[in-house]
Amino acid sequence: MRIVFFCISFIVTIVLIVALGTRTWLPVPLGSFLSPQHGIWQNAEPLGQDFNDDLQFPQLKGKSTVYIDDRLVPHIVSDNDDDACFIQGYLHARFRLWQMEFQTYAAAGRISEIVGEKALQYDKGRRRLGMVYAAENMLKEMEANPITKAQVDNYTAGVNAYIASLPESRLPVEYKLLGYRPEKWNNLKTALFVKQMAQTLSGFSDDLPLTKAKAFFGDEALRILFPQVDDSLDPVIPKETVFPAPTVTPAAPVASDSLYLNKSKATGTVQEIKKPNPANGSNNWAVSGSRTQSGAPILCNDPHLDLSFPAIWYEMQVTTPTMNAYGVSFPGAPGIIIGFNDSIAFGFTSSERDVMDYYAIRFKDETKTQYWFDSSWKNSNLRIEEIKVKGKPVVYDTVAYSIFGPVAYDNSYPSADEPGAALAIRWKAHDPSNELLMWYYLNRANNYSDYKNALQYFTNPAHNVVFASKSGDIAIWHQGALPARWNRQGIYVMPGEDSSYMWQGFIPMDENPHILNPERGFVSSANQRPADSTYPYFIPGYYDLYRGIAINRKLNAMHGITADDMMKLQNDNYNVFAETTRPLLLKYIKDSLLNENERKYLDIVNGWSLYNNINERGATIFKLWYDNLEKQVWDDEFEKAGVTALRPSEKTLTEALLRDTAFKYIDNINTPEHETIADVITSAYQQAAKTADSLSAINQLTWGANKNTSIYHLLGAAMMPFARTGLPVGGGAHIINAMQHNHGPSWRMVVELTNETAAYVVYPGGQSGNPGSPYYDSFVDKWAAGEYYKAWFMKRGEQEGDKLVWKMEFGRE
Amino acid sequence: MKFIVSIVLTALLSFVACLYLPWWSIAVVSFLIPMIIFQKPYMAFITGFVSLLLLWGGLAWWISTANDDLLAHKISVLVIKADSPFLLIGLTALIGAVVAAFAALSGSLLRRLF
Repeated sequence: MRIVFFCISFIVTIVLIVALGTRTWLPVPLGSFLSPQHGIWQNAEPLGQDFNDDLQFPQLKGKSTVYIDDRLVPHIVSDNDDDACFIQGYLHARFRLWQMEFQTYAAAGRISEIVGEKALQYDKGRRRLGMVYAAENMLKEMEANPITKAQVDNYTAGVNAYIASLPESRLPVEYKLLGYRPEKWNNLKTALFVKQMAQTLSGFSDDLPLTKAKAFFGDEALRILFPQVDDSLDPVIPKETVFPAPTVTPAAPVASDSLYLNKSKATGTVQEIKKPNPANGSNNWAVSGSRTQSGAPILCNDPHLDLSFPAIWYEMQVTTPTMNAYGVSFPGAPGIIIGFNDSIAFGFTSSERDVMDYYAIRFKDETKTQYWFDSSWKNSNLRIEEIKVKGKPVVYDTVAYSIFGPVAYDNSYPSADEPGAALAIRWKAHDPSNELLMWYYLNRANNYSDYKNALQYFTNPAHNVVFASKSGDIAIWHQGALPARWNRQGIYVMPGEDSSYMWQGFIPMDENPHILNPERGFVSSANQRPADSTYPYFIPGYYDLYRGIAINRKLNAMHGITADDMMKLQNDNYNVFAETTRPLLLKYIKDSLLNENERKYLDIVNGWSLYNNINERGATIFKLWYDNLEKQVWDDEFEKAGVTALRPSEKTLTEALLRDTAFKYIDNINTPEHETIADVITSAYQQAAKTADSLSAINQLTWGANKNTSIYHLLGAAMMPFARTGLPVGGGAHIINAMQHNHGPSWRMVVELTNETAAYVVYPGGQSGNPGSPYYDSFVDKWAAGEYYKAWFMKRGEQEGDKLVWKMEFGRE
Repeated sequence: MKFIVSIVLTALLSFVACLYLPWWSIAVVSFLIPMIIFQKPYMAFITGFVSLLLLWGGLAWWISTANDDLLAHKISVLVIKADSPFLLIGLTALIGAVVAAFAALSGSLLRRLF
């Protein structure tokens, strides 16, 4: 009997240990997860955490000190470049390991390994885009250059030194929640990270839905619905700038009018690979000393991205015998990405140029081993993608690589209406390049010619790179290796059966739009078209319009500018789009048709300040109104065309209505009546008023409540306690303060290049990626309030400072 | 006296074991203690329970207090769907306590066989 009691008790004990130690019955293994010495309690960082450390690694060559300030910003001072890269890798891992690894998993299409089947479609999309192929091509270039090879080798060694020192108990909390462990870092992962950014910023393409739309509308109509140059464009390079004659003159293939621009061919409704957020963009500008109070240039930059925890940026300073740069880095890559050094400052906005095209491929048979090209069957390279899925068998997917690039869509992916229709991607991000070299030189640049020299290594994703120097120069280059296209090349899916539709060359760097010290005393960019229609190349893209107008209008009117003025400008909530559009709406609305309740909202729109401040209700109603108007104008035609995911932009509709009140798409083709501009504006308003009523009932009519500015954890809705929601931030699309629901200024920087550099910075996050650290979200409230920190830019030789709090010493064993 | 000594010893050795071994080493310790210092099964059960209730509860409380309950607020919402650091600490203590209690019971029952 006693044996039975023992056995029962013993079995209960074992079952408890197994049940609490595995995920078989529980979503998290509560035993190890809550064990105070192993689990999440180990991630609960004490408020007064001591970050002092003395670390020895055999890989280091000399001695380094990391001075850490009160905001947990590290200032690395190294006696050689290699050690600085090692320490940067170490610190990225120390504070952001989970994030940097997760982002490279995301780039490589490996999320299913972590979260299971629900990420399978996403992962397949990444494989189909050739993300790893792109990273491999970059890796070869990085490792072929001795400078960048040393950078990534040492960076990787630093990350791995941290991972090797990491006991199970100190794993970031996300690993404990999801139940996996970090892999060793390698140089390919750095390349993958860079390519993830390339996809975010140059992976946008509407070629497929436009091809579908062409079958219904025809090319002539689409030229109007998706115009190349907006009427009110204020380009990056001021109008009236004279561009040199093009040295590359691409020729359209014979008969392209009938073969390519004709109406007949549609590719069916393919489900598109997840595209980047179209709002990805940025503002940057630099004002020359002639416009500032101090007489020194001021450079500003705020990149607009999905806001996330942990933040995409990690702030730091790196000082070695060859450089002294401060700014933000990407956890995952060496170098300072946006920032300044002793002599210059630099910033980026996305070029929005289209560098991704599609070609229709004809395979010989279902094996995809051969395709027809230039009058013969060519062999394709088959890449077998092995997608590991948590808790499920491995999924295999075969992607054929053609002369253009990976055949993203074919009979096995995703599900084309036309079986067998195969589409290859030609994407600039697949080409070998070494962007790290650009940052290497940019971090060390002393003047304009150093900056220009650095830019030659920047091929993709193309950006407007703004520059200012202590010697007084300001400049901006619209830089990247950008295809020289014949008119309309790459707007639609192109024939891929011969070489005639391929890219014929690239625009030489000197012919990329750029300007040095313009007469107006400032340079700026906000993702608008870089140049007006006199620019001699065909440059399709996904350009913005109104932010650029707003910035240039403000800067033109400013004199005696201070850093404080620039911070205010970055937080400006004025809506130029609404300023342009509201008069049109108010002019045509038939208010005699409105009931009293509806008229109430009209008064609010009428009296709106045109600032998207959080307490404004007019901003919300205006947006509801316009969204409804767009639906009324476009949905009938585009639904008939079978195009679901694409509509002309807001700016295009406004400009079309301003140009022509009888714009033909106003009419609803599904009704016998002929709708006028007044009809659609009025009925759109009535719809908006209805929605406004229901929003008002739940107190969500004010712009701030409606927008609900939020920063989510990278794992999204599954990790809501790690998010910050309901932040009191105004702004929005088309506005300088481009803060939408969870997309907007991911880093704000104002640098005044006086003798002693004065930089003001902030980002929506914190230096630590650990949700259990007070430094996880420590900058968020200041960022939300539109305030900044004065950066502590350590001088060479400086070893003390009132902001210095901790020191980490690094040396050889 | 045995009771107090066993509680202190179980807690102390569990703490030391967990510095080097996985979390379930608390079960091994709790199992071994009544083999060395015999107590009746129900007393062993209470010993293991109280010992780890105090150790894990105390450690979690101490760590969380130093953290101003920052992480406990977030994790409690994730795990127990209630924003309560107190409940999360309680759950932590309870899990340690139950595992240790059954391990100690088993140890005492095994000792009784000989």
